[in-house]
Amino acid sequence: MQNLGYLKESTSQTAGPYVHIGLAPGAAGFKTFDSELGQVIAPEGVAGTRVRIEGLVIDGLGAPVKDVLIEVWQADASGIYPHPEDPRAADCAKGFRGWGRVISDFDTGLFAFDTIKPGPTAGRGRAVQAPHISLWLVSRGINIGLNTRMYFPEDSDLHKADPILNSIEQVVRRQTLIAVQTAPNTYRFDIRLQGEGETVFIDV
Amino acid sequence: MKPAEFYMRDRTIHPPAYDRGYKTSVARSPQLPLLTIQQTASEITGPTFGHNDFGPLDNDLTMNFQHGDMPVGERMVLHGRVLDENARPVPNTLVEIWQANASGRYRHKKDAYLGALDPNFGGCGRTMTDESGYYFFRTIKPGPYPWLNYVNSWRPRHIHVSVFGTAFCQRLITQLYFEGDPLIPLCPIVQTIPDPDAVQRLIAVLDMNASVPMDCLAYRFDIVLRGRRSTLFENRLEGN
Ligand SMILES: [Fe+3]
Repeated sequence: MQNLGYLKESTSQTAGPYVHIGLAPGAAGFKTFDSELGQVIAPEGVAGTRVRIEGLVIDGLGAPVKDVLIEVWQADASGIYPHPEDPRAADCAKGFRGWGRVISDFDTGLFAFDTIKPGPTAGRGRAVQAPHISLWLVSRGINIGLNTRMYFPEDSDLHKADPILNSIEQVVRRQTLIAVQTAPNTYRFDIRLQGEGETVFIDV
Repeated sequence: MKPAEFYMRDRTIHPPAYDRGYKTSVARSPQLPLLTIQQTASEITGPTFGHNDFGPLDNDLTMNFQHGDMPVGERMVLHGRVLDENARPVPNTLVEIWQANASGRYRHKKDAYLGALDPNFGGCGRTMTDESGYYFFRTIKPGPYPWLNYVNSWRPRHIHVSVFGTAFCQRLITQLYFEGDPLIPLCPIVQTIPDPDAVQRLIAVLDMNASVPMDCLAYRFDIVLRGRRSTLFENRLEGN
């Protein structure tokens, strides 16, 4: 029999406690690079509603995870990804990166980032996805990065038609992907790794 | 490339979230199954980087934190290719590494190991692959270090590696180990990997051809990211 010749994906290993050295060296306490990547998701001046998102990543014992690194990925306010495979990429907001790196505070575990609210994005076929931010979490004790999404509470009508939210069989768990508004343009999004209220993580 | 899905991730070669031998994973592992989805634009797109994002010494860890002298330890080249599961090169993708110094000490606020800090070594580097998916770094071979998992747990020499690919669903962090290191089979983090062949694929190989005479040895480490179908059938991914 012939061999299909595919390679196997390299196996994941935990990012460990010192992930900041590589991906956010300023937080590790030193400077090597002229600029750190992922500091600005949407520069000032990019069209859209500016929002702030704060939260905690919480472990199975209810304790905040203080050494987590989160990468976020999102579309611009028109729902366009700054990537050549988005068919509307040429119309993406100028200067919009859509990607950022966020780390939790070493003492409190709180994370926060500033961006603009994404627009609805194209789903498969004719489906429309409600505005959402994709997140990828790594830390010590996480053996393979965890993917999830954050949606905005004011979009409940769009949530009813969102294919990903609707594919969560246990309706009560859909709430784990919807942030809570705590102040004008400010949202709280806690991520529970395990146990009661466990966040829905996605096999992307 | 036409928009098409990436191959399903083969979870049998990745560590499970929960591994009782790696104690920190116990309270940090989701217990419920992951949600299965069909990929959308959110998964098949991802961040892009340009050469403006980088400085000329970013991939040279022997030089990018110097304060007057060379760092101590074995100088080495780390090089290889980033490929996908179709064995095609992944060009222009970001590779980032971080590591301990030759004493096994990290330059990090939270590392209190008694191994010495090296004033000339930071421990992080980054680069973009070229058109053929090739990357290289110059660095110092990291030392092993102890950590409290079991009372006498030691990490083998390793370098942490982060890679992007072209899509957010290809994002990967792993660690590379070194050929011949007797600590590899003893390490609880290596032991989270259920497949012995998958462990072997994380071991960098001494590469004498790439070693620089009178300068440094070289190790080769190829990285494989998820591949994707090249043909799109039903169920168009994109909206109108
Ligand atoms: Fe390490």
